[in-house]
Amino acid sequence: MRLEPIKNPSLARSLLPPASALGVTVVIASLLAMVAGANPFSVFGLILEGAFGSKFAILETLNRATPLIFTGLAVAVAFRAKFWNIGAEAQLYAGALMTVLLGTGFLPWPGVVILPTLALFSILAGATLLLVPALLKTRFGVDEVVTTLLFNFIFLLFISMLLEGPLKDPMGMGWPKSARLIPEARLPRLVEGLRLHWGFALAILSAIAVWIVQTRSTLGYEMRAVGLNKQAAAFAGIPVNIVLVKTALLSGGLAALAGFSEVAGLKGSLTLDLSPGFGYTGIIVAMLALLHPLGVIVAALFVAGIFVGADSMSRAADVPTYLADIMLATALLLMVLAIMLTRFRVVRD
Amino acid sequence: MEIVEILFTASFWAAAIRIASPLIFATLGELICERAGVLNLGIEGIMVAGAFAGWMAVYSGTGLWTGVCVAMLVGMLFGTLHSILTVPFGLSQHVVGLGVTLLATSSTYYAYRLALPEVTSPPKIEAFQPFEIPILSGIPLLGPALFSQTPFTYLAFVLVAVVAVILYRTPLGLAVRAAGESPAAVAAQGLSVTAIRMGAVIVGSGFMAMGGAFLTMSAFDSFFFEMVNGRGWICIALVVFGSWRPGKALLGAVLFAAFDALQIRVQQTNFGSQIPYQFFLMMPYILSILALVVMSRRAKVPAALMVPFNKGER
Repeated sequence: MRLEPIKNPSLARSLLPPASALGVTVVIASLLAMVAGANPFSVFGLILEGAFGSKFAILETLNRATPLIFTGLAVAVAFRAKFWNIGAEAQLYAGALMTVLLGTGFLPWPGVVILPTLALFSILAGATLLLVPALLKTRFGVDEVVTTLLFNFIFLLFISMLLEGPLKDPMGMGWPKSARLIPEARLPRLVEGLRLHWGFALAILSAIAVWIVQTRSTLGYEMRAVGLNKQAAAFAGIPVNIVLVKTALLSGGLAALAGFSEVAGLKGSLTLDLSPGFGYTGIIVAMLALLHPLGVIVAALFVAGIFVGADSMSRAADVPTYLADIMLATALLLMVLAIMLTRFRVVRD
Repeated sequence: MEIVEILFTASFWAAAIRIASPLIFATLGELICERAGVLNLGIEGIMVAGAFAGWMAVYSGTGLWTGVCVAMLVGMLFGTLHSILTVPFGLSQHVVGLGVTLLATSSTYYAYRLALPEVTSPPKIEAFQPFEIPILSGIPLLGPALFSQTPFTYLAFVLVAVVAVILYRTPLGLAVRAAGESPAAVAAQGLSVTAIRMGAVIVGSGFMAMGGAFLTMSAFDSFFFEMVNGRGWICIALVVFGSWRPGKALLGAVLFAAFDALQIRVQQTNFGSQIPYQFFLMMPYILSILALVVMSRRAKVPAALMVPFNKGER
């Protein structure tokens, strides 16, 4: 077999493959639910209800989507330029670390001053962390996939070292946990009485900002050009390495905001279980969004909904929550295939 | 001084070879994939799946070697998925690889929860036992280190030799290497690049799963979440370190494992106990990055690595 580009894809050509991808994902998940001895219809019903069925459920989904929007944007920005940042997890923790370093009393400022400062320094921390793999790539040609992946392990151990050493809360009853943020350094709630903080608004604003940068600025144009064809971009006079480094800084900064928003908006202190893999899930979010910054918001809500829904489904139907991870991994693989099939035809020879 | 003494104990080198064994399997698997032109980032998840499959098979009553075969088959299954998406369809090897890792890991955990819903600590199996090779195991230092390992470890060393011979001394090996260097030339010979690459990814994934199975069936005797813990990613660094050659990759794995065994022992010395243990745990990952930095200038990357091949396209 071989692949042949389709000149003018029909409407059916553009819609059918992605729709089938989602359909097949649902079928596979249903089969797996049946293996676990559950009725697939009630499993999906429970997931939907757990994700969007009540005011509490919706707020929980929005809260869970917030860090995923940030990490999804971080991945989308990087992947668009074919810079494979798989280290959003570490950059998230870099942001969280900066937030507790400065926000637990070191800067005794009022909220309007300290919150932007914390956000800014978090961005700097995440950007700096990703600068190392970026420079290793541009200077030495070291593949960034492996370095960013390995950085996740190194940085988490580093955080663990700090939490059991200098950063350990003396009032923490011996748990490896940082001191709590001062009240001024906490992100206020969007609406009084509703458990949703300003981090969510910041995430939406970031997505819009990234979209504007990508579509309206020279940097956005250059990032796309580098991603499409490095040689051609270099030939057109685009400084490829500088664009890659700028992309890395932007991507690392966005991922770090997830850490800032989780600590300042939700948790109030830093622990080793701050992120249940938000950095890795960001990759799924970005791919499902086809790397579009505004699509990231929708994809993050979808993914967060599946996770939150699966949590409550698991309690009710006795199906392991890992069903959610399987669904997302399947959806990711099938969606990549489906997108390709909207543009190419498989020809037998 | 203590550190130098450690280097001359047989138990240290025995541990190094034991730690190296799973890395040898998985590095060899990744090397085969990359030699044919496909980067397989599914390695981490495939190792998790292999670790579980082999252990579960033995736990449900099969023999140890049957367990190894089951692990290998599960690995090949995920390898088939990876190769279908990346070779004939030419999808991004980065995205597919990460997707396969996520799928393999989450379906393993799902299966674990279904198979053992009520356990707090996973059950143990009767794992591979050390087998002392007659005469050779009597050699001082070398004997206990190299020739008193489990049969699973010996298999790792035998496989390196087999793969090296096949890669460099047979037409099949030539075809695999050519598929990674110049697929158009392979197609011009009338061979199918698709078939060669898919075969390499499937076999390579089988080896990765055996590396995972070594953890649950020889190094330990039980399955834990997070037990692979980044070893797959380290193997990708080891392939680069070994310049895509089986012998050098074996050397890299043993060297790396020796550092790992050393850090465990230094942790227990007076000097080491004053340093946070996390620092020692970081060393393998930091070493891998350093190895990449040092080697990536010299290394000769297969020219067509990560370049999909579409017949009839020039």
